Amino acid sequence: MAASVPELLPYAKIREDLFRPLSSGSSRYWITVFAALAVVVLGMAAWGIQVRDGMGVTGLNRPVFWGFYIVDFVFWIGISHAGTLISAILRLTDAAWRKPVTRAAEAITVFCLMIGGMFPIIHLGRSWLFFWLIPYPNPRMLWPNFRSPLLWDLVAILTYVTGSVIYLYLPLIPDMAQLAEHNVPWRRKLYRILSLGWTGSDREWHALERAMKLMACIILAVAVSVHTVVSWDFAMSIAPMWHSTIFGPYFVSGAIFSGIAALLLVLGILRRALGLELYLTKHHFDNLSKLLLLMSLLWFYFTFAEYQTVWYGNEPSEMAVFASRIRGLYAPYFWIMVVCNFVVPFVLLGIRKLRTISTAMISSVCVIIGMWLERYIIVVPTLGNPRMNTASGVYTATWIEFAITAATFAGMIVLYLLFSKLFPIIAVWEFKPHAVEED
Amino acid sequence: MSIDLDRCTGCEACVVACHAENNLPVSSPDQAEKGRTAHWIRVDRYYEGEFPDVKVKYRPVLCQQCDNAPCEPVCPTYATYHNAEGLNVQVYNRCVGTFYCANNCPYSVRFFNWFAPEWPEPLQLQHNPDVAIRPAGVMEKCTFCVQRIQRGKRDAVVENRPLADGEIQPACVQSCPAEAMVFGDLNDPESRVSKLAGSGRSTQLLGELGTKPKVFYLERAK
Repeated sequence: MAASVPELLPYAKIREDLFRPLSSGSSRYWITVFAALAVVVLGMAAWGIQVRDGMGVTGLNRPVFWGFYIVDFVFWIGISHAGTLISAILRLTDAAWRKPVTRAAEAITVFCLMIGGMFPIIHLGRSWLFFWLIPYPNPRMLWPNFRSPLLWDLVAILTYVTGSVIYLYLPLIPDMAQLAEHNVPWRRKLYRILSLGWTGSDREWHALERAMKLMACIILAVAVSVHTVVSWDFAMSIAPMWHSTIFGPYFVSGAIFSGIAALLLVLGILRRALGLELYLTKHHFDNLSKLLLLMSLLWFYFTFAEYQTVWYGNEPSEMAVFASRIRGLYAPYFWIMVVCNFVVPFVLLGIRKLRTISTAMISSVCVIIGMWLERYIIVVPTLGNPRMNTASGVYTATWIEFAITAATFAGMIVLYLLFSKLFPIIAVWEFKPHAVEED
Repeated sequence: MSIDLDRCTGCEACVVACHAENNLPVSSPDQAEKGRTAHWIRVDRYYEGEFPDVKVKYRPVLCQQCDNAPCEPVCPTYATYHNAEGLNVQVYNRCVGTFYCANNCPYSVRFFNWFAPEWPEPLQLQHNPDVAIRPAGVMEKCTFCVQRIQRGKRDAVVENRPLADGEIQPACVQSCPAEAMVFGDLNDPESRVSKLAGSGRSTQLLGELGTKPKVFYLERAK
């Protein structure tokens, strides 16, 4: 096992450092939680208005039937790949530096999926009937349509949520057992239940190790398929510039790209807020920055391949969309996206002297903005320029859509803050040399 | 259905008739500006030449009732599906409003109920009792006046006689003063619409997509 800084520290100090955030709560912490909660409440009120009055309160129209909600959906599902996918790759490749990073990543996945999974429901005209998409037994023998990509979506996302919750939970068990003698009664009870009677025997360690290896393999396949299915919501249609064969890998790589950015951002904030400088070192940020740079190059390659083929093909209905993206109404968004996703990370992270923790933070924020714009660029201009150009239209989001979008970002903050108070954000036991890892 | 573009004068009587027959709501100017009007049939205008030497061509566009409809496979709840007669039908009660069908329709002929439908007084008194009023949150589109098709078939059964060609007329066909539109049974090779669809003037809208539309546009060959 490669030596890294935390392992030189005495285990007692590691425990102390990583469990400390669970007991202390500063006023700044609670102010952040409540401020974020207020935004969530505002978003829920906006959704309430939408359900009461109808989808007309959004900026959607004919022909732009999908807007912010679908953009948000793809965006959040994309970010969710931070986690599980990265942590699974690092776990399977036995990258020792991954240890302090994986749980933070896995938690991002679970919360992003919970948030992203809301959007297909929010965007429905009659969201209270969303369960009609679920194949449940009913007296009228009605089945959902398994040929619809939306149904594949539902299945894929439910599978992914289930898998990633298990994947987050498994490595939590030994930590739960350590916390089972916590001095706050309700916490003691919670951790005891969650520890599932873990005693730390050799047999249990072996079983856990096996289960985690297995889950890492499974979750990797699931994560790739989930975002491929999300891309098929577009690629399976016959709309210009959606019907593209590279959408599967394009979306998966974009998802990993935005996921790494989100992970870097979260780690940077955690490092500051929880004083984890000893555990989340420059080394981690450097490695993740290199991954981000790699994905940025991959993103550029895919985007270039996608636009180059459309431009050369010069098919009129596709060119209408192409033109509106490159030099039309949506050109500002397009070029901001190119700067955010490629120019900024390429310069800041590609030049070794410039690659620091703070430039990694700046690049991450840019990539998150850029990837949101990328989804906007994919969803809206295509719908605004349908094949019948007599029916083309323009979409402008209303405050309802902005409020709901803001609420999901705030919701992510709330969930993450609460999680970091309930569970150690870095897997403590992974620093402890134990029987299984030694042999 | 066949539509003779050389006869169409662009008068939009079909649009009005459709509104009256199918209980289509009347959009406010404010909603219309946002692109939220609902006209199951619309008349597209195409301009040729430069002012003042301009030629305008009209093309009424309605649901093409595709045999190979792109809207159908994408609906997760079977709210839009192919019925036994080959009609592309929309089941309002089953629609949850995913918008997917409308996004995948190359003709942009699907309409959404953004709000609960409204009519300025006293238009609500002339609703057609044979057609459901659609609630907020569901998709809708041209049905080929399925209520008239059902009524025509029932009448023929009651009177114990075969259905005559041209006996059933959707509201748009009935109201066309130029008699540009013809409706009938495409499965019957002897029907008037079959003969027109097979004529040399017959074209299909975006036929190259392979959607197999059941609306045939008749144009002078160039």
